[in-house]
Amino acid sequence: MTTIETAAGPAEPMVLNMGPQHPSTHGVLRVILELDGETVLKAKPVIGYLHTGIEKSCEDKTYSQCITLTDRIDYLAPLSNNLAFCLAAEKLIGIDVPKRAQYIRVLLTELTRFASHLVWLGTHAIDLGAMSVFLYCFREREEILKILEYVSGQRMMTSYFRIGGLALEPPPGWLERVQRVIDLMPGHIDQYEDLLTENRIWIARTKGVGYLSAKDAIAMGVSGPLLRASGVPYDIRKVFPYSSYDEFDFEMKTATGGDSYARYQVRVAEMRESLKIIRQAVDKIPPEGPFRAELPGIVPPSREEMKTSIEGLIYHFKMFTEGFAPPRGEVYQAIESPRGELGVFMASDGSPKPYRVKFRTPSFVNLQSLPKLCEGRLIADAVTCIGTTDIVLGEVDR
Amino acid sequence: MQRLRDWDPQAVAEVIDFRGETTVVVPRQRLVPVSEYLAGQPDLLFSFLSDLTPVDRFPIEPRFELNYHLLSLDRQERLRLRVRLPGAEPVVASVVSVWPTANWHEREAFDLFGIRFEGHPDLTRILMPDDWEGHPLRKDYPVEGYR
Repeated sequence: MTTIETAAGPAEPMVLNMGPQHPSTHGVLRVILELDGETVLKAKPVIGYLHTGIEKSCEDKTYSQCITLTDRIDYLAPLSNNLAFCLAAEKLIGIDVPKRAQYIRVLLTELTRFASHLVWLGTHAIDLGAMSVFLYCFREREEILKILEYVSGQRMMTSYFRIGGLALEPPPGWLERVQRVIDLMPGHIDQYEDLLTENRIWIARTKGVGYLSAKDAIAMGVSGPLLRASGVPYDIRKVFPYSSYDEFDFEMKTATGGDSYARYQVRVAEMRESLKIIRQAVDKIPPEGPFRAELPGIVPPSREEMKTSIEGLIYHFKMFTEGFAPPRGEVYQAIESPRGELGVFMASDGSPKPYRVKFRTPSFVNLQSLPKLCEGRLIADAVTCIGTTDIVLGEVDR
Repeated sequence: MQRLRDWDPQAVAEVIDFRGETTVVVPRQRLVPVSEYLAGQPDLLFSFLSDLTPVDRFPIEPRFELNYHLLSLDRQERLRLRVRLPGAEPVVASVVSVWPTANWHEREAFDLFGIRFEGHPDLTRILMPDDWEGHPLRKDYPVEGYR
């Protein structure tokens, strides 16, 4: 604590409360700032304003019922959460998902990553004053939400993945729609880069702001673009590939700056890589094939089978009243969500309801590093730092 | 795991292999030395703590299971450490000195399960309101909560 002697007596640092209602905290986040003039001496994030007890609720529902809850954790990338949960359950039971379903999952997850990065870029830019970027990004995101609505019936909380594959067969013509949308996207990303990348104001507000060294990042458990912008090459899609990601050709993007500008570069590069993956997926997905594994007892029968055969009817009845029981054991499955390492720890005691589900959410862990990013800098940089950590409070609090 | 056993035969109580994942059950008192060993040894380097997950096995004793999910970035390997704690006295040493990221994870374990961590710099509630009574994720706490 520094004290300055003035004519009126010693001055003390001011404690200012930022949030929980604040346009720049990206949700209900409260940061207690101790200020000396405009310099932040200490920053303490206080969370829990969006805690809805998702993990506890999961213990009371069957595995399939939990999937709808997972959408709400990281509500800007709901398909990522669905994927993490389904992969963990599939690992626990020990089943394989058909290749076609895996490719469709990759396509939709990358589309979600693109949409999530658009929101990040738009909100980050508007926090720093670049208001047009916000409107452009949300205009692009609208196209993606229209595709998600066409495929799953829902714009945001899709719950489209199920244990064993997808919930429904994707509608006809969806791949052409996806192709049309992503053909326009590289032009849009170029537009955003034209506005921001060499913009003097953008550079002044992000270069050198919120520096995190590689050593600190690893110690604080930070993952995702924050870690990669500090130079650590860790991307779960490359290191521990899941859902056939090893069959796609894309690069892991890192930067060495470790500051907000480096994170901006990493995320924009990731957006371009996502488009690459989506293009490959569009070519790879066979037009015909199973969208779900064929496992009576774990995967419910199709409607036709349920209505025409007695076994189908019995399985349908048992599955939706009791659910299926995986073996006892614990698994941990991590995926690379747009924000970092999204891990699901699932413990089963042999009953149809999960015994314990823990969501290791990247925003919760990344937010821990906020004091390290903010302290010693100006209060305006605190806004940049919160934006660059790309937190979603649904993930932080669950 | 041979390395751990060679280094300290009392460090490994049990090894579980399930679905390709290795879990090492460590006795409560040996947690910090084992953590420092795993994080510090240059050819092991489990420097990244992914997650710290408590599980409440009420009414089975030992009641609480703490799972530490470790990751070695260089070797690209995951490992899980498990510590079992009795329900009457769920206290264990904090690993904040080894992995600073454990700070908020341990606060969450304290908040939702009531597990105390010795040596933690600031063990206060993190998700529930500060004046909340009870530990919501315990099995004897109802899903609907108390009104």
